[in-house]
Amino acid sequence: MSWLSDFFGDPANWSGPDGIPARLLEHLEFSALALALAMLVAIPLGLLIGHTGRGGVIVVISANLARALPTLGLLVLFVLLLGTASILPVIIPLVLLAIPPILVNTFEGIRSVDPELRDAAYGMGLTGGQVLGRVLVPVALPLILLGLRLSAIQVVATTTVAAYTGLGGLGRFVIDGFATKDYASVVGGSVLIVLFALAVQLVFTLLQRTTVSPGVSRRVKVRQVASGRETT
Amino acid sequence: MGEPLLVRLIADGPPSLWEWIARNWDTGRVGSIKDLLGDHLVMSLVPIVAGLVLALPLGLASARWRWLYQPAAGVFNVVYALPSLPVFMLLISVTGLSKTTVIIPLTFYAIAVLLPAVVDGLGSVPDHVRQSAVAMGFTPLRRLVQVELPIAVPVVLAGLRVVAVSSISLVSVGALIGQGGLGMLFTRAYQNPFLPPVVVGIVLIVALALVADGLLVLAQRLLTPWVRARRAS
Repeated sequence: MSWLSDFFGDPANWSGPDGIPARLLEHLEFSALALALAMLVAIPLGLLIGHTGRGGVIVVISANLARALPTLGLLVLFVLLLGTASILPVIIPLVLLAIPPILVNTFEGIRSVDPELRDAAYGMGLTGGQVLGRVLVPVALPLILLGLRLSAIQVVATTTVAAYTGLGGLGRFVIDGFATKDYASVVGGSVLIVLFALAVQLVFTLLQRTTVSPGVSRRVKVRQVASGRETT
Repeated sequence: MGEPLLVRLIADGPPSLWEWIARNWDTGRVGSIKDLLGDHLVMSLVPIVAGLVLALPLGLASARWRWLYQPAAGVFNVVYALPSLPVFMLLISVTGLSKTTVIIPLTFYAIAVLLPAVVDGLGSVPDHVRQSAVAMGFTPLRRLVQVELPIAVPVVLAGLRVVAVSSISLVSVGALIGQGGLGMLFTRAYQNPFLPPVVVGIVLIVALALVADGLLVLAQRLLTPWVRARRAS
């Protein structure tokens, strides 16, 4: 425990480009950037594939393959191939690994919407785009958000590992500390990353609570229909 | 670090992977590919098996006493969100620089995936089937082993496939504490910029994951013959 007080009690660790605030901000920046880029690709693609029903097999295969790909290997491969002149070689694998959880869950979410619900929406005269935006997305939102949460967890972890290939962020404390046998830095950095990951998990859990329609998450009881049967 | 290897790759053409594999497959020293492959298998198989062995009783208990499920799933949900590297690092002070340091967190991740799978699997047993078993005079234990668990197999094995594939790829992060099985090829290649170890490492890990996945699909076919029989009829 003295390692923790050594690390957090050292004023030098609280300022400068390798201080805790700067590293925390970097970790947040890289994670947010990778997640945002992955969302930009995965959500429209997932919506399209789920809505049209074409290409589903590719989604499932890509998700399985991404799970099998070792993150450290991919990071080292890209950095060796492209060099360390910019952070691009590190960001590419980060984004690549963040895409599949969002893609597969968006696709599954849209695909698993009750076909009767979809037909009813078309029957009411909604256009394809309206059906997607007003019916399919709200109903699929729990799964889409699950995909985002899994992807965020993945990105936070991968960003940590990416410190090995020269990326900044909280992983630096752990990797550099381990290399120089500075165990206060290793333990302090590890605790920071764990807290960061828990905070991310909490944010996404709260996001799910606040954005999913109460009718979809069954937080309100659906009124009984005429037949007397509960519609849940 | 030197020039990007892509430049040299384009100029010289791809390096000979086979030659590198032949030279490093079994050097007789620590760190040969064969050696690392063995380590990798141990560090990924132990968490898969231990995770299943621990998740089954926990899942059975959660299915029986529903109040237990929410808190148990909640705890493992949080555990699952923890990045592996800091967890390895924090464990070092307890377990040292050993395989155990990698095996313990991977086992917890495995339980996090398998616990809901076991509970959902048992939940997928139709009520009329359960009641039929009771009416036929099955004791609770026999009902569990001969009726409920076999029906739960597809859902549990689906979870196990996820666990197997992700455990096999996650072991490589252990290379950052010197315990990464084939992941050691990545750190070695980074320290001494050279492509073949990275490529061979990635290919072997993905191949191991695919083999494990295939074996589990095969296991499911053997364990649930009625699924195919129903489809054929």
